[in-house]
Amino acid sequence: MQAFTQIKGVAAPIHEPNVDTNQICPTRFNKVSRGPEYARVLFHDRRFNLDGSEKEHLLNIDPYNRAQIIVADRNWGCGSSRESAVYALYEFGIRCVIATSFGDIHANNCAKNGLLPVILSEAEVLELHQQLALKPGAEIAVDLATQSVTAPNGRVFQFDIHPVRKLCLLKGLDDIARTEQYADAAQAFHAHYDRERPWLKPLSAH
Amino acid sequence: MTVPQTMFEKIWNAHTIAEEDGELLMYVDRAYVHEGSSHSFAQLAQRGISMAKPQQVYAFTDHYVPTASRAHGLDSIQDPAIKNMVIKLHTNSAKHGNHVFGFDHPQQGILHVVPPELGITQPGMFICGADSHTSTHGAFGSIAFGVGASEMTHVMATQKIWQRKPRTMRITIDGRLGWGVTAKDVILAIIAKISAQGGVGFVIEYAGAVFSAMSMEQRMTVCNMSIEGGARAGMIAPDETTYSYMHGLPRAPSGTAWQQALEFWQTLPSDRGAIFDKEVSLRGEDIAPMVSWGTNPEQSLAVNHVIPNPKDIDDSDLSLEYASAIDYMGLRPGMPITDIQLDRVFIGSCTNSRIEDIRAAASIAKLGCAKVPAWVVPGSQSVKRMAEQEGLDQILVAAGFEWREPGCSLCTAINGDQLKPGERCASTSNRNFRGRQGIGGRTHLVSPAMAAAAAIHGHFVDVRKLLR
Ligand code: SF4
Repeated sequence: MQAFTQIKGVAAPIHEPNVDTNQICPTRFNKVSRGPEYARVLFHDRRFNLDGSEKEHLLNIDPYNRAQIIVADRNWGCGSSRESAVYALYEFGIRCVIATSFGDIHANNCAKNGLLPVILSEAEVLELHQQLALKPGAEIAVDLATQSVTAPNGRVFQFDIHPVRKLCLLKGLDDIARTEQYADAAQAFHAHYDRERPWLKPLSAH
Repeated sequence: MTVPQTMFEKIWNAHTIAEEDGELLMYVDRAYVHEGSSHSFAQLAQRGISMAKPQQVYAFTDHYVPTASRAHGLDSIQDPAIKNMVIKLHTNSAKHGNHVFGFDHPQQGILHVVPPELGITQPGMFICGADSHTSTHGAFGSIAFGVGASEMTHVMATQKIWQRKPRTMRITIDGRLGWGVTAKDVILAIIAKISAQGGVGFVIEYAGAVFSAMSMEQRMTVCNMSIEGGARAGMIAPDETTYSYMHGLPRAPSGTAWQQALEFWQTLPSDRGAIFDKEVSLRGEDIAPMVSWGTNPEQSLAVNHVIPNPKDIDDSDLSLEYASAIDYMGLRPGMPITDIQLDRVFIGSCTNSRIEDIRAAASIAKLGCAKVPAWVVPGSQSVKRMAEQEGLDQILVAAGFEWREPGCSLCTAINGDQLKPGERCASTSNRNFRGRQGIGGRTHLVSPAMAAAAAIHGHFVDVRKLLR
């Protein structure tokens, strides 16, 4: 996984609540193998006509076509668990989404792929939107180590993040390696668990 | 005296292996995957990892499979990309030694329909699925939730998952449901009340007389849509209804193992006095048949209401949201819901494709003839066989409904079954997001009885008036 430390980049405002993962990555693109093709998948049906030509959409125009940050609204990424929504964001170049709340699974999927989900208060997100409206294409800076977002006008907002999520993102750490360190605990767990639930012996696959 | 515990806490604690800075390493009893899990298999392959407990991983063909005739086996799949997805799942999961419910399997069906009907899903389990509606399995008194591809890769590799402990919410509905009011109406009413994000960060336990009186099929419908209220999972305490549903299922414990399991399952329900982080309550009598009018499930109303007027809403953001939903849906403020004319009807999906749902649809179909194309897509081959034994397919077909092969079908529209732009569908599925059933498609979520009633009238009707 790619580490996330800090970025400063163009922020695209998507001031809309309940943007579901189906908007971010329409279902039919789920089957695409992960790769650069996903850049075009991001908000595909909002950005492109059926014949493939571009629609009018913020993310199709300069400088938002090279945005690294999305300033969203509430309940960003609700709905389907599809991780392809994160692939689409990531391949497009997005490294951080700022919202007042996230769909649970989507926030996890982001963090597992080096994309930082930042939760700010309603007032703070609104202020970012106001600043981006006044200065379209302005840049925002996000620093994970200090847990801070610097608005275009220099105001700094602090955000909370779980310490483990922070560490994994900062170092680009992967969960599987982390889990392997708990082999002893797992053995102790099973000594007890398997004895207590003898009926759970898995049937062989057939 | 021991501290009273919620059912969630009991199951959660029993599956905790270790803790690191507030993140817990949890043991996973069962993992459910489908054709769309190709990203997880690819990650495993890329890193050369094999599965920790392949026999606890179950693979289902549902999202991509065609629901038209399967007379020619795999060759019935016309689209080569889709055929490839199905074959890829077969080979990947066979290679790893998983239980595979492939395209030709006599028990093929949706990953949230098949495990419960075979006894694979059991009370007290910790279950992860590669699909957000894994919350369905909580109906048996288990902790079950959906995970993304990277998390599923981790589950496959280790049979464990890192989690933060969610908070608990209890939604109590006492009283009784009125005539013609179903589990689907209950969950839509709950989401309309708590909002589409009201459950974020929570696991919901549904409690009270209304849920105790429900069958397992109905409980699954409720738990299924927990995610639409933002919750990670939903659960209902196991009771006699649960045990009699499970007894004798092919993959449920049997003989002395059944007795051992049963004794354990009986310890699971929340203790009296257990404390939840949040409590919500409704009355059964206050719930009416529901219809979603907007583009998220929270935008739902009782069938006898009218489309809201955004101008009447003080909150300016909400007002805009309503206006944009009404515009997308092609409706008018103040329009009675019963005036909404449909182009299509879809009865199916992991929310409402079980035998009781098919029965409910057939009981209404008897009263008339479908005025618009209406599909009935059973959730599994078992449901299909059972319905055919009961003659329900005959009733439906005689009333002009189309009886199809099991799969997700028009719920998510990736197998080729989809709405045309602008088409309006009464659907028993769980998501009415823009474009969910096809680009530009318009979805109204309803119960199977309401969907069937809409089919035979061409517009929404209050099913209570038909049943009287
Ligand atoms: S029926 Fe729909 S919601 Fe259920 S698993 Fe299939 S696609 Fe997902």
